[in-house]
Amino acid sequence: MGEVSAGLGALLLELPRDCLGTGTAVALGPPLRTSPEWVRRVMEGAELAGKILSTWLTLVLGFILLPSVFGVSLGISEIYMKILVKTLEWATIRIEKGTPKESILKNSASVGIIQRDESPMEKGLSGLRGRDFELSDVFYFSKKGLEAIVEDEVTQRFSSEELVSWNLLTRTNVNFQYISLRLTMVWVLGVIVRYCVLLPLRVTLAFIGISLLVIGTTLVGQLPDSSLKNWLSELVHLTCCRICVRSLSGTIHYHNKQYRPQKGGICVANHTSPIDVLILTTDGCYAMVGQVHGGLMGIIQRAMVKACPHVWFERSEMKDRHLVTKRLKEHIADKKKLPILIFPEGTCINNTSVMMFKKGSFEIGGTIHPVAIKYNPQFGDAFWNSSKYNMVSYLLRMMTSWAIVCDVWYMPPMTREEGEDAVQFANRVKSAIAIQGGLTELPWDGGLKRAKVKDTLKEEQQKNYSKMIVGNGSVS
Amino acid sequence: MQKRRLHLPHHKVSQASLLRLHHRFRALDRNKKGYLSRMDLQQIGALAVNPLGDRIIESFFPDGSQQVDFPGFVRVLAHFRPVEDEDTETQDPKKPEPLNSRRNKLHYAFQLYDLDRDGKISRHEMLQVLRLMVGVQVTEEQLENIADRTVQEADEDGDGAVSFVEFTKSLEKMDVEQKMSIRILK
Repeated sequence: MGEVSAGLGALLLELPRDCLGTGTAVALGPPLRTSPEWVRRVMEGAELAGKILSTWLTLVLGFILLPSVFGVSLGISEIYMKILVKTLEWATIRIEKGTPKESILKNSASVGIIQRDESPMEKGLSGLRGRDFELSDVFYFSKKGLEAIVEDEVTQRFSSEELVSWNLLTRTNVNFQYISLRLTMVWVLGVIVRYCVLLPLRVTLAFIGISLLVIGTTLVGQLPDSSLKNWLSELVHLTCCRICVRSLSGTIHYHNKQYRPQKGGICVANHTSPIDVLILTTDGCYAMVGQVHGGLMGIIQRAMVKACPHVWFERSEMKDRHLVTKRLKEHIADKKKLPILIFPEGTCINNTSVMMFKKGSFEIGGTIHPVAIKYNPQFGDAFWNSSKYNMVSYLLRMMTSWAIVCDVWYMPPMTREEGEDAVQFANRVKSAIAIQGGLTELPWDGGLKRAKVKDTLKEEQQKNYSKMIVGNGSVS
Repeated sequence: MQKRRLHLPHHKVSQASLLRLHHRFRALDRNKKGYLSRMDLQQIGALAVNPLGDRIIESFFPDGSQQVDFPGFVRVLAHFRPVEDEDTETQDPKKPEPLNSRRNKLHYAFQLYDLDRDGKISRHEMLQVLRLMVGVQVTEEQLENIADRTVQEADEDGDGAVSFVEFTKSLEKMDVEQKMSIRILK
């Protein structure tokens, strides 16, 4: 028996001797003296790596994780941001000095590239005659059509915003050429800092954040329903969200915190990226609405729903609008449940405009709490172009940007007024959010990213035109 | 960024404008095919709701082709270049007319009506284009009245169709240059 256990012990210690076959008791002394040089080096290297890793983790724990639990900031991010802002200002000045005056193109996305005559159809069509059909009517429509081909206000919203001045990230280097050696050196330094220092740190944090979330919510889910459970679930959610936000070097300014969404309400916001969810949940707990996913997202979803009630739908259920509305109504009827978070645009827009709000969220009833989210593109582009990047490459891009800086404005609650239908209410909320966030407002559907425009819109134009050529009755 | 000088005769579109149009061409070409298909153009919301949207899209695909490359794209857009004074001064009679001349602008508009490209707008073609523009909002009878009247007014030689010369004559008072021009800002 003793021999067997000794043999097993030798097996476990992976002694590089062939004494395992003999079964005799072996002295379990250190094998280093007789093993080859490279093995010793590798083991020393491994010890060193282990030491570095443990110091690293202790630092991370001390400076980032613990403060997250208490919602306290040590000011490291603020110092980083200050240095970053100064560097970018310096870079901007260098670029402006370097480029010759003629080649500074108008880079602002809001200025159109063609001179537009925005007169309505009636004015554009009437020429030298009364209001009947004329052969020349085709001029107006063809001009409008070709203007749309050269530039339309929707297609540009599905790609990242062009920056006015370069922010030292390769990915935004669209219009800028080589300026000076010093600038290039700063850029190279930036690349090193972002990829070799910040990226590993951020990935570690993200990993820790998500694991803690899954483990924490599962543990809290074991408790019976009580106020203690709710408090703990909030604590877990908030801590993990703060860790995840730090993993993106996020700096978020919340304005008007007195209007933060209350229990039993619906929170409505403009959508730029999946990170919107993270940004909002760092300052308060919400019940999410969405489809059940597989993979990592699915694990997170299932874990979260154990701790507090979110509303996850199966893919088949999402198609049934009545079912969706019914479940959401039940949720907000319970005043103890957290406010629901909905993004009525239905798709990610590039944060320069707000597109059509789908009326479904506004038919549920209850109080709507609008929230406007505006990212500062100078530090990092948060827009998720889902046709260009998948989730993993998007997250990697996020983690190798300088930082994610955004402003969140909470707005006073709104309810549907008498005689207002869901569509008008949706437009009213949309205007409010657009004005607050400084975004342009577009009546177009975000679904245009993937699908063609609905025929009903074309029929409206046809109707307008028909009224003009037939409505006057003077058709001989 | 394409720096090569695109050799596009007769167009006289400035280099800066060509650059912008090339950016736009690439933005519309969602799958990076190198050419545009009808579907790429139909994705533009403001074009799809235009009553003449289908005819305009068709004008990019002459001769039954299914793809339009960048020179073809520019060729259509060049019709809408504003008429500068320099164009009328340096008119060399041997060289073909620039695409943004009054005659060529009118020809573009004519082709929007001339569905079978036979050089004449028949009453039937007029009816079809009108139907495109008004959808289901107008009755067949009303539309026929409008088509008849329009063809009769423009038709001079009594063949029941509008030729290009008749088309040009009926619009001789119209400020075509201004109405069919798109100015690209510098």
